[in-house]
Amino acid sequence: MTTLTQQTLTHLDWLEAEAIHIMREVAGQCSSPVLLFSGGKDSVCMLRIAEKAFRPGRFPFPLMHIDTGHNYPEVIAFRDKRAAELGERLIVRSLEDSMARGSIVLKHPLESRNKHQSVTLLEAIEEFGFDACIGGARRDEEKARAKERIMSFRDEFGQWDPKNQRPELWNLYNARSHKGENIRAFPISNWTELDVWQYIQREQLELPSIYFAHTRPVVRKGELLMPVTDLTPAKPGDTIEEVMVRFRTVGDVSCTAPVESDADTVDKILAETATTTITERGATRMDDQTSEASMEQRKKEGYF
Amino acid sequence: MSALEHLPGIDNGLLRFLTCGSVDDGKSTLIGRLLFDSKTILADTLNAMEKTSAKRGMTAVDLSLLTDGLQAEREQGITIDVAYRYFSTGTRKYIIADAPGHEQYTRNMVTAASTANLAIILIDARKGMLNQTRRHSTIAHLLGIPHLLVAINKMDLVDYDQATFEHIKAEYTKFAHKIGLKDVRFIPLSALAGDMVVERGERMPWYEGPTLLQILEAAPAAHTERPESFRFPVQFVCRPQDSANPELHDYRGFMGRVESGEIAVGDAVTVLPSGLTSRVKAIEIGGQKIERAIHEQSVTLLLEDEIDTSRGDMIVKSAEAPEAVKQIDANVCWLSETPMSPARTYLVRHTSREVKAKIAKIDYRLDINTMEHEPVSTLAMNDIARLSLKLAQPIFADAYRSNRATGAFIVIDESTNNTVGAGMIV
Repeated sequence: MTTLTQQTLTHLDWLEAEAIHIMREVAGQCSSPVLLFSGGKDSVCMLRIAEKAFRPGRFPFPLMHIDTGHNYPEVIAFRDKRAAELGERLIVRSLEDSMARGSIVLKHPLESRNKHQSVTLLEAIEEFGFDACIGGARRDEEKARAKERIMSFRDEFGQWDPKNQRPELWNLYNARSHKGENIRAFPISNWTELDVWQYIQREQLELPSIYFAHTRPVVRKGELLMPVTDLTPAKPGDTIEEVMVRFRTVGDVSCTAPVESDADTVDKILAETATTTITERGATRMDDQTSEASMEQRKKEGYF
Repeated sequence: MSALEHLPGIDNGLLRFLTCGSVDDGKSTLIGRLLFDSKTILADTLNAMEKTSAKRGMTAVDLSLLTDGLQAEREQGITIDVAYRYFSTGTRKYIIADAPGHEQYTRNMVTAASTANLAIILIDARKGMLNQTRRHSTIAHLLGIPHLLVAINKMDLVDYDQATFEHIKAEYTKFAHKIGLKDVRFIPLSALAGDMVVERGERMPWYEGPTLLQILEAAPAAHTERPESFRFPVQFVCRPQDSANPELHDYRGFMGRVESGEIAVGDAVTVLPSGLTSRVKAIEIGGQKIERAIHEQSVTLLLEDEIDTSRGDMIVKSAEAPEAVKQIDANVCWLSETPMSPARTYLVRHTSREVKAKIAKIDYRLDINTMEHEPVSTLAMNDIARLSLKLAQPIFADAYRSNRATGAFIVIDESTNNTVGAGMIV
């Protein structure tokens, strides 16, 4: 093999360029897209990519958050602040409204609301007539995602059929859909957790404070640390400890656990991420551990 | 080798490669070895794999569990779709496209090969070249993967015998010559024991070449080392007229990705299909100005003159404009379970342009095991054939051999919106 003569992009520049290209394809091919923004680190990267893709123009899509009502208040405050800074429209649709309508019925009041997000998302898609939802999911997160397309087709019930996905070749994306059907587009499919943190560092992106090490009351449950909150109070017999922790993902309070860490800067988090021995979801997401295929199952039901 | 040792030093870019072979060739073991030795497989994933292997009555961890991601696949014990895996050495990021090896999955290998810049073709040292080897090599060649690495695996099962390696190498070289493969390298491996993957091991002192990982680290990340013509398909037009900033009232930015070549401020350009010419006034990313943009960069171009331009148009350098064509000859791989109906009209998506197309003629079907040409009247899934297509509007195309981005297209069935074919312009 000959030596490199043509100039090439660094890995972060390449990933960014690919993500911009994908977002512009969604904007070019779909008539009514929406970008899902939760305030989490992946969606913070997505907003920066959208700025690089469309500024000085406005985003050709609104932002939307499906609020479980069980989010950390720091994350919700950050979400609103970031949307206001960008001057972009933020739509919030709440699981509690779906519960009031009767379209979500919890098995018990403290059941994790995470999997029920699909219902509210599908209701919002119908309400606004969105034909594409742009999300920050990554293929390295979970093995049902490793075979996910960048443009993932969902039928009118929002269902993902892994056996009926469109082949995706070169960078020729097919985001066509009939009325009522939906495309989920994942511009950062090819990023890993390490890439996300390197991008946050390079772009100096602001994040909700709970991503950084802080002291928090927790209860140890096996290898997981359960945060003690109003929603997840300690049970009789639990030992509450004050532990220095940070969150690797931010999701529903009832199913997202922090990890023990004293990394209080992006640089320190990067160093930890490079040497960690547990996957992001494995360390923190109780919902993925219920069965080997639980993510696949949720995706089939309309989840991201 | 851990990412941390090299963290600040990253960056030797990103390499996308493809692994071809079946589980029998040790493909999953090889991928597992690369992920494991680069510390990408983490403890909880290993734990889950150990549990599942034990549940199935296996004594050792089955590394194929890493790549067989879907429930349907696990139930059937086979891989049915392309999976993407990631690892980083600290100096370079890798994306592995892992395609299943069986004949009925030609379309998956074509899909995986379309984005790869290097292919690892696995051969079981005990079995030598098989039909499958020829098939994989032919597809890699057809898809224009610039670098091929023939990994002769399971050397531990042939006592690390040099003569076995040399014999397979000679046989493959003859075949490579016949089909016109140029950049081919050979490496003896034991993915299971680890020899020549990341570590050299001590059992093959007769092999003096680089290890597999050294080859990956040194392979050019760019698809080609030849200078290519500048091709910029317009994806989206930015006209922020409603902005409060009066400076933006006349702003007209053409957004797209530099699919090949490069562009600098001041360059003379032509916009297709209008053929109108102008010069590049500015190049921006997210409103920030840059002086030049290179291959694969997503940017916004502003031109000196006001030219009516929309999605599907292409900006090129005036001195190297591609041809506008309404009839194309192409190698097409049929991807759909529904056979092609030659009487129908399909959609062709080429760069950011979409045009209606009819099948003018099917020249022949290529038997990818024997390379023979066979007459056919339609195409079924996994067939690869030479076709002529008639297009309702012109596209701005190059031959796939000289430009992957402007030589490739997909075929879409308008009734289902499915992607049913993948084409490479001859």
